[in-house]
Amino acid sequence: MYPPSFDYSAPQSLSEALGLLGQLGEEGRVLAGGQSLIPMMKLRLAQPGHLVDINGLKELSYVRRDNGHLAIGALARHVDIVKSPLVPGASKAMAAAAPWISDPLVRNRGTLVGSVAHCDPEGDWNSVMLAVGATVVAVSSGGERTIPIADFVVDFFTNSLRPGEMVKEVRVPVPAGASGGAYHKLERKIGDYATVGVATHLELDGGGKISQAGIGLTSVHNHNLKATAAEALLIGQAPSDDLFKAAAEAAAAACQPSSDVRGPADYKRAVVREYTKRGLAASLAVARGEK
Amino acid sequence: MEVQVTVNGTAYTRDVEPRVLLVDFIRTHLGLTGTHIGCDTTSCGACTVIFNGQPVKSCTMFAVQANGASVGTVEGLKQNGSLHPIQEAFKEHHGLQCGFCTPGMMLVGSALIAENPHPTDDEVRWAISGNLCRCTGYMNIVAAIQAAGAAGEGS
Amino acid sequence: MTATHPRTSPEVGGIGHSVRRKEDSRFVQGRGTFLDDIVLPGMLHMAILRSPIAHGRIRSIDASAAQALPGVVAVVTGELMAAHKLAWMPTLSGDTQAVLATDKVRYQGQEVAAVIATDPYIARDALPLIDVDYEELVPVTSPQQSLGADAPLIRDEKEGQVDNVAYTWESGDKASTNAAFAKAARVVELATHYPRSHPAPMETCGILADVNPATGQATLYMTSQAPHAHRTLFAIVAGLPEENIRIISPDLGGGFGNKVPIYPGYVVATAASLLIGKPVKWIESRTENLISTGFGRDYHMNGELALDEKGRILGLRSNVLSDQGAFYSDAQPTKFRAGLFHIVTGSYDYPAAYVTTKGAYTNKAPGGVAYRCSFRVTEASYFIERLVDKAAHEIGMDPAEFRLMNFIKPEQFPYKSPTGFIYDSGNYHAALKMAMEMIDYEGWRKKQKERADGKLIGIGIASFTEVVGAGNSREYDLVGIKMFDSAELRIHPTGKAILKLGVKSQGQGHETTFAQIVAEELGIPALDIKVMEGDTDNTPYGLGTYASRSTPVAGAATAMVARKVREKGRQLAAHLLEASVEDIEFDLGKFTVKGTDKGVTIQEVAFAAYTNHPEGMEAGLEDVCYYDPPNMTFPFGSYIVVVEVDPGDGTWKVLDMVAVDDCGVRINPMIVEGQITGGLTEGFAKATNQWITFDEDGNCIGSNFLDYLVPTAWETPKFRLGQTVTPSPHHPIGAKGVGESATVGSPAAFVNAVVDALWSKGVTNIDMPVLPHRVWGAINGVEAKP
Repeated sequence: MYPPSFDYSAPQSLSEALGLLGQLGEEGRVLAGGQSLIPMMKLRLAQPGHLVDINGLKELSYVRRDNGHLAIGALARHVDIVKSPLVPGASKAMAAAAPWISDPLVRNRGTLVGSVAHCDPEGDWNSVMLAVGATVVAVSSGGERTIPIADFVVDFFTNSLRPGEMVKEVRVPVPAGASGGAYHKLERKIGDYATVGVATHLELDGGGKISQAGIGLTSVHNHNLKATAAEALLIGQAPSDDLFKAAAEAAAAACQPSSDVRGPADYKRAVVREYTKRGLAASLAVARGEK
Repeated sequence: MEVQVTVNGTAYTRDVEPRVLLVDFIRTHLGLTGTHIGCDTTSCGACTVIFNGQPVKSCTMFAVQANGASVGTVEGLKQNGSLHPIQEAFKEHHGLQCGFCTPGMMLVGSALIAENPHPTDDEVRWAISGNLCRCTGYMNIVAAIQAAGAAGEGS
Repeated sequence: MTATHPRTSPEVGGIGHSVRRKEDSRFVQGRGTFLDDIVLPGMLHMAILRSPIAHGRIRSIDASAAQALPGVVAVVTGELMAAHKLAWMPTLSGDTQAVLATDKVRYQGQEVAAVIATDPYIARDALPLIDVDYEELVPVTSPQQSLGADAPLIRDEKEGQVDNVAYTWESGDKASTNAAFAKAARVVELATHYPRSHPAPMETCGILADVNPATGQATLYMTSQAPHAHRTLFAIVAGLPEENIRIISPDLGGGFGNKVPIYPGYVVATAASLLIGKPVKWIESRTENLISTGFGRDYHMNGELALDEKGRILGLRSNVLSDQGAFYSDAQPTKFRAGLFHIVTGSYDYPAAYVTTKGAYTNKAPGGVAYRCSFRVTEASYFIERLVDKAAHEIGMDPAEFRLMNFIKPEQFPYKSPTGFIYDSGNYHAALKMAMEMIDYEGWRKKQKERADGKLIGIGIASFTEVVGAGNSREYDLVGIKMFDSAELRIHPTGKAILKLGVKSQGQGHETTFAQIVAEELGIPALDIKVMEGDTDNTPYGLGTYASRSTPVAGAATAMVARKVREKGRQLAAHLLEASVEDIEFDLGKFTVKGTDKGVTIQEVAFAAYTNHPEGMEAGLEDVCYYDPPNMTFPFGSYIVVVEVDPGDGTWKVLDMVAVDDCGVRINPMIVEGQITGGLTEGFAKATNQWITFDEDGNCIGSNFLDYLVPTAWETPKFRLGQTVTPSPHHPIGAKGVGESATVGSPAAFVNAVVDALWSKGVTNIDMPVLPHRVWGAINGVEAKP
């Protein structure tokens, strides 16, 4: 119901925040949206000694186009992604996923960056980020570095940040040519985590062949999973139903869902197969301008 | 820690532990009991308040995060002795039965119609999908919010 | 008065008017008074330590670290309660239940100790500091396991208890039923589990116990649907003098039967307040509510229907194994161990039925009767409507046609069922036909055949008969207290009134609807009538609100007390009009001398009661009525659902749903429709996602809102409502009650629809919740648990 006691700071600048995080090390935890962290603290599953509230760092609240990518700042809320006019043009997969994050009240507070950093395998954003090949910008009082998302998502609730680091920004590359994306989420109700989620991203070359393919899977592994074998089948090929079916088989084979209240493993695998097919078809239709 | 927060237009200064949830601050420290607690997993929305213009779940924020912020609760809907159109509409359309989820529903509804005065059924249902109700089955809540939007125009 | 046209004017707001609710004013302003809103000076806060395991012996409890935490005033354990003979308490079903565990814990979430502190945060901090040493025992996680040869004895503390059987009960006639089956042309079978579900009202349960050492008065603010009965039980259990106990049930944020049992938390808080001499507040968290308080259902049902060669029903056999949890604590009339399950014969005309039931203890939370079940009518209705649908499908007859052929006919009412109910009135054909027309049944059957895009359409019907209004004193009592109910009415000198009731609303709108009954009888505007409930010092004795009994029983009491008052009013009018009482008529608020236009209003009569009453008559204008209903009432209806199933992922959605209800006379149509819509949503919830289950270690899955899935507005379908009106012949205003009808009748409609969609694929049953992976598994011929 209630968390145990903790210390709290609300820095007014990024450098102040980073200084604090550097000092606090493992005891320090960034508080942004808090929609994942605070529920865990209330259940006493997380017991950080010192919260560093970055909500005062208004300069981190942005969604903007920068040099061929979409830049999402640490304080951009899920609702900002839903409402941003920049997102649909930049990434269809993001636009498809954004409305389905949790529920509307949580979307008003929770942040995309926070979700990415949280690395919950049942979280939606990292599947999209893996599919679109995003990059994470990490900062500390020692400086800044970029981390490809596939390296950032390490394991179950585990990212590759070092102590004292926080994520300042996530960058989503904006395709130059024809592209499409989708996010298919099977959830039992609004606000539940995905039983299965499939993010798809396709880019087509001038001849209509697939130049880039991304498939990210939610809730079917102990971290969000990039279906690299399935992607490899697609790249360089002409799209077709049979091709998508083969990719879907590969995605289903790659995942390792557990049997739980949301269903048995075989079922989840079957849904991955089905949703990958649907996702690729939907992404293709968008890329071809049919949707 | 000291918290300075404006609630329904009135400024308050209180000293609270960082771990005190915003909903408990509102209910216990400020005595405004119209905001309710219905769960312990950020699932039900009975605790909804308007935080700097946005409906949020006050059980999933700490009071110290509200320092310098403006908060609106159900008690702030009535202005100058007159009920807000959403309050009138909930009464007129039987949008409540036990009344426990009602403050949250009305606050989310009022935020929706401020942005979109004529929402469709689906748009209303989508907007209130973070608020649970066990009594009504939602149909009259949807009707009330739509009616409030229609009535609000021109007022 | 006809059922559809109000006699009174809208300003008076009698029966049939959709009077806008008087109680809404405070709720829309956030000024309701719910339990947790109440603050008393010096109030302390209680938190409960609960067992993390399902079955275990308690070796030791060390509360010293908790006691030492600053802000902790006391830690209460079972040992302390035992010293005051309060470690165990009687249940509403004649069993006993642990208040705080002493020897063993018998379900995950069971109360073990309580901390009383100056602040609720500190109380929670103290809980993990209480060190409990458990010896884990094998948990019993199903009634089948419970009755098996090797099952551990759960209730080893009960003298004479040698197994895990809580009760057995039967109804009907075995011999004639066997004879009916012997000559059947066909026997249709069904085995189904109605899973555990939970009312989960938005407000959890709680108490603010104020046992005042100076006055000796115990004022218990309590989330109680039955404050008078609770007070009597508190007096008996706690040994407090009944006149010194005042229970005040304030605004309740929903109940649905969850606020009928007496929970250990109430007893511990009261004992703590008594021992400490300060008010003690306990308000449970949602997790506590789901893991430990009165759940509903968990019935394993199997049975058979005997049919003749034309598909007419000859008889029914039904057997139930009930998962009662660790204590047999659900509330039901003493005589009926399985509640009113024997309504399982349903809406159909046949002479033979035999019902057997057995309740088993398991290592789970106690309960079973709750969540708008009308005392197990939800289970019964589900079973018969699934079985009937299965029968129709098996013999290749349209399920609507099957029902119409087998329905009890209107001219057969009052109808004596094979299990002894006397159905008061009904017209099942009219309701089903109306539903079929509203949804365009033939049209959907056509679309179902023609659908070619891979998705499957299914149409499901449920034609339920409810039995509510417990109940007449010959057969109905709750722990010995007869199930009458009461109304006390006083008319003030200025012609306004106050009505006090023995029932207790949790959102059903009693402050409005009961005023409307008085408005109908006396012509006083409903808005001029204040309605009070919930305070045992200020209301007549009643059994409370649950099982849809308020309108049938207290509503009848209200009509009758208003008539008593009206009768005195006639005498006052005769005095005022200088006529004889026999010549005084009353209509629409006015007493007139027969054949003239001389008259006085009810308001003038009221004034005269205090200022100008005749010699020999007592002043005042008030009376009380304790109503003993002659029979139950039998609301009914037909619901039809159309679903679309996606075989690709097993999901299904509702394309259309029509609900035709008949609850007799509708006092406030708007409120009736609100009750129905709410109930249909609960039925949808249970059919789709909303259940509590357990793993093999007895861990409760469904103990918070992340796992116990209450539908949002987004998942919940829209419903179209229709009505027929067949008044109850024995009820003073012809009303039957409606609060639970939709929860009772709708689950089968949803499940019948999905099974109908999949029948051609060889699927004959899917238990609730009809989860996508179960659908997918059924289509693919794969067993897909859970």
